[in-house]
Amino acid sequence: MVLKVFFPSCCSSADSGLLIGRWIPEQNSAIILAVVHFPFIPFQVKQYLSEVQKVSQIETVVLGTWCNNKQEKEESLGKFLDDLSTIFSHEPWLQISKEKGSKFWNCHTLSRQAGTPKEDQIILIYYDQRKTMLSRLHPPETSLDNQPGVITAPDASKLAAVFDTVARNEVLFLTDRYDEGPIKLSHWQSEGVEASIIVELAKQASVPVCMLLTCLLSLVSGLCRSRILKFWPLSFIWSKLSTCEQVGYRLEHLRFVFSNQKAENHTQFMRKANIFVSLLLDMALGIMLLSWLYRKNRIGQLAEALIPVADHVARELQDLLQWLMGVPAGLKMNRALDQVLGRFFLYHIHLWISYIHLLSPFIEMILWYVGLSACLGLTVVLSILSDIIALLTFHIYCFYVYGARLYCLKIYGLSSLWRLFRGKKWNVLRQRVDSCSYDLDQLFIGTLLFTILLFLLPTTALYYLVFTLLRLLVVFVQGLIHLLVDLIDSLPFYSIGLRLCRSYRLAAGVKFRVLEQEVGRPLRLLMQINPLSYSSVVQTYRLPTYSCYPKDSWGSLCKKLFFGGW
Amino acid sequence: MEEPRNFSDIDGGHLALQRRCYSPSCREFCLSCPRLSLRSLTAATCSVWLAAYGLFALCQNSMVLSAAIFITLLGLLGYLHFVKIDQETLLIIGSLGIQMTSSYASGKESTTFIEMGKVKDVVINEAIYMQKVIYYLCILLKDPVEPQGVSQVVPVFQSAKPRLDCLIEVYRSCQEILAHQEVTSASS
Repeated sequence: MVLKVFFPSCCSSADSGLLIGRWIPEQNSAIILAVVHFPFIPFQVKQYLSEVQKVSQIETVVLGTWCNNKQEKEESLGKFLDDLSTIFSHEPWLQISKEKGSKFWNCHTLSRQAGTPKEDQIILIYYDQRKTMLSRLHPPETSLDNQPGVITAPDASKLAAVFDTVARNEVLFLTDRYDEGPIKLSHWQSEGVEASIIVELAKQASVPVCMLLTCLLSLVSGLCRSRILKFWPLSFIWSKLSTCEQVGYRLEHLRFVFSNQKAENHTQFMRKANIFVSLLLDMALGIMLLSWLYRKNRIGQLAEALIPVADHVARELQDLLQWLMGVPAGLKMNRALDQVLGRFFLYHIHLWISYIHLLSPFIEMILWYVGLSACLGLTVVLSILSDIIALLTFHIYCFYVYGARLYCLKIYGLSSLWRLFRGKKWNVLRQRVDSCSYDLDQLFIGTLLFTILLFLLPTTALYYLVFTLLRLLVVFVQGLIHLLVDLIDSLPFYSIGLRLCRSYRLAAGVKFRVLEQEVGRPLRLLMQINPLSYSSVVQTYRLPTYSCYPKDSWGSLCKKLFFGGW
Repeated sequence: MEEPRNFSDIDGGHLALQRRCYSPSCREFCLSCPRLSLRSLTAATCSVWLAAYGLFALCQNSMVLSAAIFITLLGLLGYLHFVKIDQETLLIIGSLGIQMTSSYASGKESTTFIEMGKVKDVVINEAIYMQKVIYYLCILLKDPVEPQGVSQVVPVFQSAKPRLDCLIEVYRSCQEILAHQEVTSASS
């Protein structure tokens, strides 16, 4: 059968020694983790390996010998290496040797079991140990019985086993050939141990900072949850304002990021990192906006522009109502109803404008203080903007509600009287239409009312249509703002940055490259990490948002609009 | 290393198949697609610029012309990087897996590797596409739940679209390796 040997590319230039790693018999593959150099005492090697095995829970054994002939061929070394196979018994025993100046290696296996040693076909696969150790396969392999290290089910992925083996053996990579110990190893750390002072200092400082922030945040959230703010008018207002939801959501995020517990697994760590980067980005953008707003008295300019805009909107609405009260689009309205509705709405607009003018001296101050909240983040500013739009267009909302209620009542009345016209009745108990015999005077009044409502329908329908369209426009603008807020909230910026800069850490799989071959030698392959595509990164690591998207389909929404929300 | 052999794709374009045999259990098939023709490139550019010039004659705004140049450049770069595939490779390594690579005209390579444990078989399938009946080579993947079922069908050489004669060559070589691997795994 074909024997696959995974060899770390960092050990290609190591001195001769013993190969240690993991042997997976079901897949006939040997994963080499490090090279133990001479001189060593076999007993100490065995002891070290059992210690490593206890920590990593992966069976690490001596797999064979590695011979790097830097000078001419040494016969005595060959005999010595053969003798080693008797001390460390392993089936099959690998012997890999490299000549000076030659790219192609010799690979042999010694098998003690069969009488005639069968020459197995060997595939030599080089892999980058550091990248394989740091990377994570997607989708993550969930082992069936949740025991660590038990990924040797017959149909399990071979590559997941390779990644898992290298990742779990971090303790093996702590000692090096330059350390003063009985065992001298060569692995990826031998190329130079990397560390960063800033990272170490940040790690040391993070614990007290986290504790302090956790205390502060629990105080703030305790305040927010206090009973004073739960009385009926206030709680209703809080639930309607999107700013409060957004601030609460961000507070929740802050508590999650600065909690004292360490992230248990990779998913939680990525989630924490994504939330942290999203918060940082949010605050940075908010502070940029703040510095732009407060320069050159832009707040004052904004406040000055606000009143004329509100006036302009009110004037446009008045023109619209005058148009509706006349002959809109050539349709003939019922004069009396038209005048009543038109005057009613005009009076509303007049009230609204008076209130706005009453508030006008305070607007600049309110805007100035509200603008300060931009330091909490761009999402908070956008939520406030959405709330301000909602407040300024409150009269449109009122008109929509009046029009919708009127229209809904009319449709309800019409359908009920239509049933009477045909001699039927709605049975509330049975939730169906039943036939019913009415008296003559009931029929007479019913028919009269039916005709009245029917002929008044176009007027009401037109008012309803116009105000629904205006309301939809406002909802559309608010929806766009909420979409932007959602984008900043849920996009995993850390994962995208990781995919951009350290693409080997998020792996969708592997790819193989065939290296130069020579006839008679084992097949040489280079295994590289195939990074995840950007769309899968966003899909896997997207943060859940609080906004509930409408559960109705477009069809049911149109139906609701047609019947006035009934 | 064999020399490239000439085949044609379903539209009549010219394809070159190169087979490499690295070892008894490792083979590679490289299909080169027809290159981007200068004629179609010139036609597209001229049409976009004529339209832009017409718009400029209407509205006398020179931004339209610069916008047209930008659009042409960006469109060409996007086409070369995301759409135009130069070469498709199928690498089959017995007892490891099957790897499919597409190299785009801008040099980008997109690779997919399927482990041998998931591969059920490699077959040639027929499909009815509009008024044509075309053949395509595909890899059948095992269903983890049902041992006799097929969970997914992965087509190979999707943008090169070679004809049946080319597919038969590739199919025969793949079957040799799969059969050889079954024999060795049965004997162990």
